[in-house]
Amino acid sequence: MKICGPKLSLCGLIISVWGIVQLVLMGLFFYINSVALIEDLPLEEEYHSLEDFYAAANRAYNQNAYNCWIAACIYVLTLLVSAQQFYMNSRVTVN
Amino acid sequence: MGSLFRSEEMALCQLFLQSEAAYACVSELGELGLVQFRDLNPDVNAFQRKFVNEVRRCDEMERKLRYLEKEIKKDGIPMLDTGESPEAPQPREMIDLEATFEKLENELREVNQNAEALKRNFLELTELKHILRKTQVFFDESVPTVYKSSGAYSSSKYRRYPQMADNQNEDEQAQLLGEEGVRASQPGQNLKLGFVAGVILRERLPAFERMLWRACRGNVFLRQAMIETPLEDPTNGDQVHKSVFIIFFQGDQLKTRVKKICEGFRATLYPCPEAPADRREMAMGVMTRIEDLNTVLGQTQDHRHRVLVAAAKNLKNWFVKVRKIKAIYHTLNLFNLDVTQKCLIAECWVPLLDIETIQLALRRGTERSGSSVPPILNRMQTFENPPTYNRTNKFTKAFQALIDAYGVASYREMNPAPYTIITFPFLFAVMFGDLGHGAIMALFGLWMIRKEKGLAAQKTDNEIWNIFFGGRYIIFLMGVFSMYTGLIYNDIFSKSLNIFGSHWHLSYNKSTVMDNKFLQLSPKGDYEGAPYPFGMDPIWQVAGANKIIFHNAYKMKISIIFGVIHMIFGVVMSWHNHTYFRNRISLMYEFIPQLIFLLLLFFYMVLLMFIKWIKFAATNEKPYSEACAPSILITFIDMVLFNTPKPPPEHCETYMFFGQHFIQVLFVLVAVGCIPVMLLAKPLLIMQARKQANVQPIAGATSDAETGGVSNGGSHGGGGGHEEEEELSEIFIHQSIHTIEYVLGSVSHTASYLRLWALSLAHAQLAEVLWTMVLSIGLKQEGPVGGIVLTCVFAFWAILTVGILVLMEGLSAFLHTLRLHWVEFQSKFYKGQGYAFQPFSFDAIIENGSAAAEE
Repeated sequence: MKICGPKLSLCGLIISVWGIVQLVLMGLFFYINSVALIEDLPLEEEYHSLEDFYAAANRAYNQNAYNCWIAACIYVLTLLVSAQQFYMNSRVTVN
Repeated sequence: MGSLFRSEEMALCQLFLQSEAAYACVSELGELGLVQFRDLNPDVNAFQRKFVNEVRRCDEMERKLRYLEKEIKKDGIPMLDTGESPEAPQPREMIDLEATFEKLENELREVNQNAEALKRNFLELTELKHILRKTQVFFDESVPTVYKSSGAYSSSKYRRYPQMADNQNEDEQAQLLGEEGVRASQPGQNLKLGFVAGVILRERLPAFERMLWRACRGNVFLRQAMIETPLEDPTNGDQVHKSVFIIFFQGDQLKTRVKKICEGFRATLYPCPEAPADRREMAMGVMTRIEDLNTVLGQTQDHRHRVLVAAAKNLKNWFVKVRKIKAIYHTLNLFNLDVTQKCLIAECWVPLLDIETIQLALRRGTERSGSSVPPILNRMQTFENPPTYNRTNKFTKAFQALIDAYGVASYREMNPAPYTIITFPFLFAVMFGDLGHGAIMALFGLWMIRKEKGLAAQKTDNEIWNIFFGGRYIIFLMGVFSMYTGLIYNDIFSKSLNIFGSHWHLSYNKSTVMDNKFLQLSPKGDYEGAPYPFGMDPIWQVAGANKIIFHNAYKMKISIIFGVIHMIFGVVMSWHNHTYFRNRISLMYEFIPQLIFLLLLFFYMVLLMFIKWIKFAATNEKPYSEACAPSILITFIDMVLFNTPKPPPEHCETYMFFGQHFIQVLFVLVAVGCIPVMLLAKPLLIMQARKQANVQPIAGATSDAETGGVSNGGSHGGGGGHEEEEELSEIFIHQSIHTIEYVLGSVSHTASYLRLWALSLAHAQLAEVLWTMVLSIGLKQEGPVGGIVLTCVFAFWAILTVGILVLMEGLSAFLHTLRLHWVEFQSKFYKGQGYAFQPFSFDAIIENGSAAAEE
């Protein structure tokens, strides 16, 4: 079954590979509580105590790590779909 | 082999070729592609040359081939392109080729003519078929009324009353036409009602109808019906929509008028029998004829297809052959004929290193033609400027193209291309520093390099792709260098990598951190003292308040440092030029003052930066603590304008080292003193030399002038002649322009290198904005939906990253780098007044030919 054209499937392929690599790595960095990514956490402006902040930050770090890995998994799916489409397209051109 | 540093040494050679061997020899030289022939008969126009007939025959053959190609493309038959290039055929083979093409073309034309005639026939028959079918309806519904509705336009009224009496009809006539109409419609005349049927283009129909109504004063009755299926125009194969019409009228006068109008509107009229039985019979006949025609048409198409498929196999091959023959005869036309008509004389530019190969090729050509007399290649003396020939490979070619786009180097001038291979990607990377973006670019370049052969064979007309592919090595290098500078700036998609661990540590206690919005880390206590091992400390990424200030100071200084070094390098290159051309005056009175000027003012500024970096630190005691560090820019301005510096803060010193004031005054004075030397020394010395030459006996001068005159008289088509004696006033003017340009230029060029800072800052900021405005949205989603949102946001972010940051920013950084090379670097030494070596080469000719044909 062919849905996408050759260009769209190639685009999907590239973005999927890129997404998998970057999101897996970013998930890893979130998981080890990387400071560089602290601005991307869903945190409040102010916390009343340090413990609150640490708890919230740890929660957010884990949450983001899992989100990244979920997104990476979705990209694995799109990778498979676009790879299949790409294969179909290349077979058509060969014929 | 030749080096890339200077263009090849060229020699002007005279080539004597025996008439019989000339063709084969030129053919061999064309395969080699190392010889540039000069036109020896520039005064003879194209029609009076010796081989004009052959060239014309080749043109004719090419025309036939193009005709074949067009027909093949029309039928969508794939053309076999093996990519191999057959040798130029012998002149006698030309007749065979001509005959073959002639036969093919005639056959094809005949087939086409037949097909067209058949198609026309077919069209007529189909139209007739439609007429018969459609008119049947008209006749059926209006049989009772035709005889009565004698030419009234508004027939609908009559159709409603089919049994209407004659006198009523006359009433209507009277209303429409008045007295005349009544007289005209005498009983008896009514019965003779004629009609014509035909087919007309649908878009012409409204005008046709109006015309009929006006010209016949409404006395004709037009019915029309659309033909639903589009018909094929036999002449150009277009699909056209047509309509069937039938016109009823009365009397011969109207008939001629109607026919004239039909003719004027290009309507085709067909005979249509009145009796229904005849019509049916005719329809049957038409149907059988259409079927017959269809089979014949099919056979014609098959035949045409066979002919074209056979031709498509050889077409590219033939094209190459014909183009080669044509190129050879075209070249032979440039040659001079010897008085005895036994040999042809050619003049050509040849790279000195390749004379051996050329002679071998000539010998091969002689053997092939079976001639006994070997060709003679003879070096000539000349005062003309030889063409510039830089031998390149696939890697250096793109860099050479960047240089040549500014101006082809003068003969044997220093070629900036080898240095550009490093400086170009480096300066680009200073502006484009980001590990992530650099990696994308490098991967794209790497992919193009790895798939080089396959991609090169594809040959597309896509201009943008061709530019990218041509510059694949530049793109790859730019990407790799950007990855390096990205690591130095510690930027990957605007985030930092903390590989070695930051060398800054927090020393505040819990309550201070909780209570303050902003906190400072002091380099005295919180800094380890040793810098981060490689590049920027990752701590700066989270320094929201002064990250940009810190980066600005750093990037601004390094861009000036790189710029000054780049310019000094350019000036040093001019030293190589002056020594190579033994231009002692320029070496002494241009190069040395230029270098001194640049070193004393701008390199001194660079030195001040390093002194400031080394001497001042937060951990030092005053007067060398961070608060005492002077502004380099202010110091420099004060130095040039001889201003007294502002008093420094307490316990600080105005100057960074002992004797700085004295050195600065001395440097400025010496640098300013260089300006008159640059301005006046060279023209004055030339003036002096000329005066002395005028006093001396003139024997040497005349002999020189004579030889120069002879060589100039006998040579054409090259660059300018021997360096002519300039007017002294012109020398003065040129020198003053040159000096002003250099002095003002060194100020403005130094400032111009600040674009390195500006663009790298803009790039980093844009990357950060894209991250916080786009990707952060996806990351800040709470809950498990976040993953799905992140997927979409990431794709969007990725597309924007490639589109804006890699493509657009990359293009802008590329253009700025190009400018820095062309203007700031090359203006220091590069004249670029040469002309390129364009060897006679079949490869280039065939490539250009096919490119021109595909346009």
